[in-house]
Amino acid sequence: MNDIIESVKNLSIGFNSQKGKQISILRNVSTNIKKGETVGIVGESGSGKSTLALAMMGYIKQGLFPLKGECLFKSEDLLKMSSRQLEKIRGRKIAMIPQNAGQALTPNLKIGYQIDEALKLHTDLNKTERDKKISELLNKVRLPSPETMAFRYPHELSGGQQQRVAVAMALAGKPDLLLLDEPTTGLDVTTQAHVLELLRFIAKDTGTSMIYVSHDLGAIAQVSDRIVVMYAGEIVLEGPARKILKEPIHPYTYGLLKSIPKLSLAGLPASMPGSQPQPGSINEGCSFYDRCNLATDNCKKNSPDLEHIKELDTNVRCFNYKELINQNNNLQTSITKKSNNSEANEVLKLKDVSISYAKQKFFDQLLNKISDQNPTVKDINIDIKKGETIALVGESGSGKSTILKSIAGLLKTKDGQIKFENDRILSSDLKMRNPNDLRAIQLIFQNPDESLNPNHTVEQILSQPLKLYFNLSGEELKKNIIDLLKKVRLGEFYMSRYPRQLSGGEKQRVAVARAFAAKPDIILCDEVTSALDVSVQAAVLNLLQQLKEDLGTTYVFVSHDLAVVRAISDRVAVLYQGRLCEIGPSQNVYKFPSHPYTEVLLGAVLEPDPDIKPKLVAEDIVEEKPPEKGCSFQGRCPRKIGDICNSEVPPWQIGENGNAIRCHINIEELASLQQ
Amino acid sequence: MLLLILKRIGLGLITLFIVSLITFVGVEVLPGDACTTYLEREAYGAALDACIKRLGLDVPAYERYLDWASNVVRGDFGYSLSGEMPINEVLGPRVKNSLVLASVSILIGIPLAIVLGIITALWRDKLPDIMISTITIFSMTIPEFISATLLILIVAIWLGWLPGIVIIPSDATFYELLSNIILPVVAISMIMTAHMARMVRSSVIQVMASDYVQMAILKGVPYWKMVFRHVLPNALLPAINVVALTIAWLLGGVVVTEVVFNYPGLGRLVIESISNRDLPVVQALAIILASIYVGINLIADLMTLMLNPRLKSLQIRK
Repeated sequence: MNDIIESVKNLSIGFNSQKGKQISILRNVSTNIKKGETVGIVGESGSGKSTLALAMMGYIKQGLFPLKGECLFKSEDLLKMSSRQLEKIRGRKIAMIPQNAGQALTPNLKIGYQIDEALKLHTDLNKTERDKKISELLNKVRLPSPETMAFRYPHELSGGQQQRVAVAMALAGKPDLLLLDEPTTGLDVTTQAHVLELLRFIAKDTGTSMIYVSHDLGAIAQVSDRIVVMYAGEIVLEGPARKILKEPIHPYTYGLLKSIPKLSLAGLPASMPGSQPQPGSINEGCSFYDRCNLATDNCKKNSPDLEHIKELDTNVRCFNYKELINQNNNLQTSITKKSNNSEANEVLKLKDVSISYAKQKFFDQLLNKISDQNPTVKDINIDIKKGETIALVGESGSGKSTILKSIAGLLKTKDGQIKFENDRILSSDLKMRNPNDLRAIQLIFQNPDESLNPNHTVEQILSQPLKLYFNLSGEELKKNIIDLLKKVRLGEFYMSRYPRQLSGGEKQRVAVARAFAAKPDIILCDEVTSALDVSVQAAVLNLLQQLKEDLGTTYVFVSHDLAVVRAISDRVAVLYQGRLCEIGPSQNVYKFPSHPYTEVLLGAVLEPDPDIKPKLVAEDIVEEKPPEKGCSFQGRCPRKIGDICNSEVPPWQIGENGNAIRCHINIEELASLQQ
Repeated sequence: MLLLILKRIGLGLITLFIVSLITFVGVEVLPGDACTTYLEREAYGAALDACIKRLGLDVPAYERYLDWASNVVRGDFGYSLSGEMPINEVLGPRVKNSLVLASVSILIGIPLAIVLGIITALWRDKLPDIMISTITIFSMTIPEFISATLLILIVAIWLGWLPGIVIIPSDATFYELLSNIILPVVAISMIMTAHMARMVRSSVIQVMASDYVQMAILKGVPYWKMVFRHVLPNALLPAINVVALTIAWLLGGVVVTEVVFNYPGLGRLVIESISNRDLPVVQALAIILASIYVGINLIADLMTLMLNPRLKSLQIRK
């Protein structure tokens, strides 16, 4: 028993609703953290995982309070401690690495000061020793030039660097337990893989216990020894990482794993029906009852207890888990999608498109032109066929959303043309486009919370495009709205709802319905699934595919998630710093040979499988501007061959698989290098 | 950085130029001119001609503007009509009086507002917040002419502690002024402090809810240290611009309060010169008030730039 660092016993945390009812967010949670162990807590948004993690530091968010149970750290209850006592434990015994380091570092204090503050509070080192220690810590988290780094402000660092500073700050007090709350969410794929690598190294090096909270099973799989799966405020499954990820015996975990798109699989992931219940809405029975395909009448009336299964070393909260044992080989399946016919005509052509964010100089304004030798997006040539799904992939700053905006007419192009239907040039100025062209190209945004007017009902939201483009009114308008809702699998009663009364997935469905209301030819999807939970993401992807097969719509799909892109797209274009690196049919882009940048991106993808480790081939430096000459990827390329990369723009080479790669290395040589 | 300061100063000067044009044109367009106002019923025949000649009104308007503007740049506002004395002599003591009133109000009001704002934010929805917030909202909603009159009624008339109105010559010394300005200062501070305290309160509450404050707590930073190092510097930054506007408003003359207390400041001079149709003084006041606003806002912008590391390095990088 001595090796247990922290144990949570029957913890319930909740709030008082406006009607005076007690509503719990965490229900009867018990778990133990052992010395030197890394525990992953996984769950979708609203599952209570962050509340649990914060409670393990004795911190309860405003408005919430503990209903019962305790959090024992070395057999002392953190929830009963005074703030004086907690100050002695936080940062010294238990330290936190926050989700978004950019916002968790105080903006007016230098990095060095913030680390020094932790050292002053939790060690008895003197000033010179502390200064030395700060350099040491910054070095340990592999930040460049630690001496000058200490004098920088948080905003002067990139996202990955900020996260490293947060790690250094947490290590300052030499804690026994590190709490990580989604530490890599919001970082680019390559940065994320590097930070995870660092965390794994630190866990091994210092023997610190870690609690890793995330919605991302891919990240959890890379670091955890043990995994706790949360659903609706309860632990539903708990056990060794490998067991949970490879042979999940709870239907929720099983469904969750199946709904994650995987790099190795073409086709769409299977989706789970429904969404997580709201806190307080479950009175009796199993909280997963509504979405479970193993559910029986017993599940509706009685809620299962967390049952320990000795032979699997696992705790599970399900009456029917036995049905899932030995069923798990079909985790690696996906729904095949119909491919478009490649004979179709081109519907949209981007020809030599360049886009600049540079401010117009005074004289250029007069002449209505932009003079920028090094524009954000340059020389984009893509022909899009009718009915295909083409994906634009790249990290943040790759220009993928910029291109989308200029297709939509929201951003003016600097050079080049956007041609629509029979090579007719679309004006780059939105006001100059004719109404029919505006109707034909629709946009779905990343975050439905921001793209749907909170003061409009679903009926009002959907009626706007119908009135604007088709002049519908009265009964006909209503019939069309109901049809649209049916298309996105929402019932008629949703018409009177406001966006705030819908779940994230339902909101995105309304946004999809709004785009389809215009009967568009092309739909531009800007990271449409990145704000959604995995199980909901799978459902939205399936919906988009279904609509496309029924209506023959063309999608331009922007995403940073290579696995999602693999699942939905027919063709992929990989972008770095606003320049195309590679373009080709998606099954070929994911095969070798590929552009060195595609190789880096693919290597950094985290799969929900502890046996597949990411391959880190390039540094995760952030470049602020594309290079003036030569190859756009010269700064980070692991396969750079020499001066030619810095001075000359590489030529296009077309491989036998049909993917085009822009690289100075001969394509066959590239293939043999990457084997 | 230097370039930016120069740019801002340049913009300020352009603003002042436009203001001077507008006031000059405004005065020009009004029916009648300085002479008809001055001579009133005698404004005809030889007397009018003589007056026009004397004041130089017979030259074209743009020449007069250039003449006037070049004098203003040299610090000479010309002559007032009603007193027939140099405007500089009229303005001097008024500016001084307004400065005294404003600086005393600022010295008392701003620190008080910040302290009250912080207290209400830190004890949000607890007794100190409820009490202070009620009082501030109360004093914010009462118009100043009512609160000023009530102050006179209670303190000066019923209790007889202080003089109700300021009966001092406009060129009184600082010490003579001081005992006389207590009531005006209280009346002004009531409104000003209330406004600013509310501002500071919401700003502090917003910062207290931020991720970095939660992080500081979870790092084990003691409460008051966290408040002073992590919360206040970030919360008070946006307050600088509000403080600047308040100072400009105070220096520009708190018209109503000055009139109620009969205080010889700039605000009352504005009213007086308008009702006397003393157009040269009105023009001079417009320029002076505009310069105060432009100047104070310039200082506030520069201070925000200096204190906010985010903006500072942004400028340097450019």
